[in-house]
Amino acid sequence: MDAAALQQGLARWRALSNDQVARLKAVLFALCLLPLALLAWNAWNDALGANPIEAVTRTLGDWALRLLLITLTVTPLRRLTGLHWLTRLRRMLGLFTFFYAVLHFSSYLVLDQFFDWPEIAKDILKRPFITVGVMTFALLVPLAATSTNAMVRRLGGRRWQALHRSVYAIAILAVLHFWWMVKQDVTQPLIYSAVLTVLLGVRALWREQERRRQLGGAYLPQVRRGKIIPIVSRRP
Amino acid sequence: MLILRAADIAPSEITPRELYQRRREFIKAGLGLAAATALGGGVLVPRSAPAATPAAEPRRFDGVRKGPFGSDEKPNSFKDITTYNNFYEFGSDKESPAEYAQAMKTRPWTVNLEGLVHKPKTLDIDDILRLAPLEERIYRLRCVEAWSMVIPWVGFPLSALLRQVDPLGTAKYVEFHSHLDPRTMPGVRLPVLDWPYVEGLRLDEAMHPLTLAGVGLYGQALPNQNGAPLRVVVPWKYGFKSGKSIVKIRFTDKMPQTAWMKANPEEYGFYSNVNPNVDHRRWSQAKERRIGEFRKRQTLLFNGYAEQVAGLYTGMDLARNY
Ligand code: HEM
Repeated sequence: MDAAALQQGLARWRALSNDQVARLKAVLFALCLLPLALLAWNAWNDALGANPIEAVTRTLGDWALRLLLITLTVTPLRRLTGLHWLTRLRRMLGLFTFFYAVLHFSSYLVLDQFFDWPEIAKDILKRPFITVGVMTFALLVPLAATSTNAMVRRLGGRRWQALHRSVYAIAILAVLHFWWMVKQDVTQPLIYSAVLTVLLGVRALWREQERRRQLGGAYLPQVRRGKIIPIVSRRP
Repeated sequence: MLILRAADIAPSEITPRELYQRRREFIKAGLGLAAATALGGGVLVPRSAPAATPAAEPRRFDGVRKGPFGSDEKPNSFKDITTYNNFYEFGSDKESPAEYAQAMKTRPWTVNLEGLVHKPKTLDIDDILRLAPLEERIYRLRCVEAWSMVIPWVGFPLSALLRQVDPLGTAKYVEFHSHLDPRTMPGVRLPVLDWPYVEGLRLDEAMHPLTLAGVGLYGQALPNQNGAPLRVVVPWKYGFKSGKSIVKIRFTDKMPQTAWMKANPEEYGFYSNVNPNVDHRRWSQAKERRIGEFRKRQTLLFNGYAEQVAGLYTGMDLARNY
């Protein structure tokens, strides 16, 4: 496809109506439930292998991490394509990340440990990958709790945004959790790390470009009117 | 004769493999039937695909006798034992060995016995199979990853093989080298471990009557993914100590550097005896999940073989010699 055709195609996609975005959201919702449905199907068909508990915990952990990375793709993708409605899918993706993280954690608590609290406490203290997993989960909770419009208003955009920046730390911790879990073959965590590096790298790059523009004074009026959140401190 | 036969339980009699493989189908069929009845019989019950059949009919061993030290616990199903494997040469997940190991050629196969011995030898696998009467030994297997199985091995005491070459008095350790073939082993294309896989035992551990030269399970030749055609079985140590698909056995006076020790010396020591009191960075070793069970069970010191093997380690600090 040549560049002109691509632009034309994108233009059509940029102009989605509210209705169309709503339908897209419904499709995405179903798609996000698909891994869980597949897991349930395999469980029913005894297709989870000799150690089904491990298979369940791992599949749910995998999807928590994958959805987290997909959530982090929304903003760069929107910037690259100009598909602004992508932002309207972000909350759902973030909440599905949390949904799978909750299931993953529950699978550990119920299927793996069966509420053996002393053993769980020991695990959290003594197994570094579990320690990191719990930290990751603990950091996800406030983000899920402040995901509603009402909470955004209550916190105010800037504070809300500052809080939700912790998602970058969460993503790094989640990959670290996986990395420290594997015994020797780090191929998979390496792949997730590479994806995360790209996702964080483009942000760092864009931020640096923005900083230079702001230093050049390009947007000062809008910054003063609060339309743009400055990343360069106003008081030098 | 009849009385003798009755005392000798043939492997096929203790191990209703077909029943194991089918028990879940029975349960499922039952559940499905209940569901179908509840919904007025209008429900199609999904059936799982039949398990892939091995390429060639596996070789069955005749005249396998019941050996000593057998556990009376219920063995895991043939399917669980042959589809949930750690055999890193074929990939680091549990399913890859069953998928890829079929490409490994196990005939012709020779084993070199060398090093500090009077009579170094190269033995053909078919001669090794005739070295000693084959026994069935139902052993627990405890993986360092905190899961366990019960496996009805077929084999003979490893000491019978090691004695063939008459070890020198200076030999203190034995190294076991596994087969290495990048063409059939996708896992060795990555430097996950320092290939070939090398494991080792102290000579007295290797000569211990519990230690098996494993050649089969469930009365038949070892499936490739379980370490065909010859493997070591050391039931009181974590599973990785039991080398698979052995091509070389070397007698030395120095403690071998094993593949896992080289990969991560803090986590994998030379002894690696099953010990609920010495934790691993990634797994508490206090408990284990027996494959097929829901609740975890307590892990036993030396995997429950303390009575037989604790004497090998008297005076040793097991936490330091992990
Ligand atoms: C409450 C905190 C958590 C606990 C206790 C926990 C526990 C675990 C455990 C026990 C495993 C290994 C499963 C096994 O080998 O049987 C695992 C794997 C994993 N977890 Fe977590 N986890 C937590 C939070 C998270 C979070 C928040 C994420 C991602 C956002 C995550 C992603 C993963 C991934 C990707 C794996 C590897 C799955 C694989 O091997 O394919 N975990 N976790």
